Amino acid sequence: MNGVHDMGGMHGMGPVVIEMDEPVFHSEWEARAYAITVAAAFHRKWNIDMSRYSRERMPPARYLAASYYERWLFGLETLLVEQGLVTATELETGCAEAKAGDVSALGASDVATFLRNRRHARLDDDVAPRFKPGERVLTHNDHPVGHTRLPRYARGKRGVIDRDHGVFIFPDTHAMTRDKKPQHCYSVRFAARELWGPGACARDSVYVDLWDDHLDAA
Amino acid sequence: MSDHHHHDDDPIGEHDRPLSGPALRVKALESLLVEKGLVDPAALDELIDTFETRVGPRNGARVVARAWVDPAYKQRLLANGGAAIAELGLAGRGEEIVVLENTPKVRNMVVCTLCSCYPWSVLGLPPVWYKSAPYRSRAVIDPRGVLKELGGEIPDDVELRVWDSTAELRYLVLPERPAGTEGWSEGQLAEIVTRDAMIGVAQAAVPAGSGR
Repeated sequence: MNGVHDMGGMHGMGPVVIEMDEPVFHSEWEARAYAITVAAAFHRKWNIDMSRYSRERMPPARYLAASYYERWLFGLETLLVEQGLVTATELETGCAEAKAGDVSALGASDVATFLRNRRHARLDDDVAPRFKPGERVLTHNDHPVGHTRLPRYARGKRGVIDRDHGVFIFPDTHAMTRDKKPQHCYSVRFAARELWGPGACARDSVYVDLWDDHLDAA
Repeated sequence: MSDHHHHDDDPIGEHDRPLSGPALRVKALESLLVEKGLVDPAALDELIDTFETRVGPRNGARVVARAWVDPAYKQRLLANGGAAIAELGLAGRGEEIVVLENTPKVRNMVVCTLCSCYPWSVLGLPPVWYKSAPYRSRAVIDPRGVLKELGGEIPDDVELRVWDSTAELRYLVLPERPAGTEGWSEGQLAEIVTRDAMIGVAQAAVPAGSGR
């Protein structure tokens, strides 16, 4: 979706300010928002791509005004209701109408293992790559209303396959229908001038991880 | 409900104020999820403790320092980041990590323009600036401007590569080992490897006044 989350190349956002000696969390609620989001994902009612899509759907004015963990909270509340772990009424009142069915929550002793495994997106499927390193590609000029990992600034652009990472889940369908659609994921190198015009430095480039379904031969 | 997460200090006094906004919503939501049996407060504490006390940029600094002193390790790290990181007993195995080597002629810089992808297992949770609109918007269109603003302007004859983390692959920059660190131990080297150097917006440097 052409949302405000797709920020690459936007102007007017101001300077980058690095906070010295920044704490991991700036307040208690941030820590709890992070933790309940990760722990709720343990039920496997959604995948990482659905999580990202849930945050992208935050209305744009709110998204820009929100802090990072407020976006997480919005996404979590959205998924909990959409996937039926919590009802809209429960969310509103804060009172459980019923215990969750036959579920077991993430336990403290399983945290390390869960953190290691939860984002595994590489697949063993035997799928042939459509491109080889060094080949020239043209990215699709598509504007899907759903989730996509092809940023706007890299659409309809010419690049070169830098490396083939192997077969991965395709997030664009995984977020919408849970279809893993196994295919190769590549680092695609774009000259900065291809993306941004003659004002960009001729030496510089941007590498974007893209999938077979984003690319045509050029 | 009880407060499951205790800080030794409370510099901004938030525990003395009534909760409002997101703090209130998070508290209500946690309480609801616990009541429904969907989350276990002990696991939440463990998740927080993991990133507050055990997993952070010190992990990545160990990886970089090892690569600086051990050329064979560096080759393994560049060939398969996750496996080489796991060799050090760090939880890199579950995260696909690609290590990008800086040289005198090539600098690498990592961003996630679409969200906040970041190599948790070696750098911990990302800092606010990395997740902010200014960095996400400008890193791809004006990376040299961003570096200059952060005090790390790079010469025109150095190639700059920006990596937008759009897949379940995480990027870690292997900074150049600074001059003047000959003979340093791995532990001493790890001390000068900063989070920002491993994101690619700074370089590792010998601190002024270092007694070596």
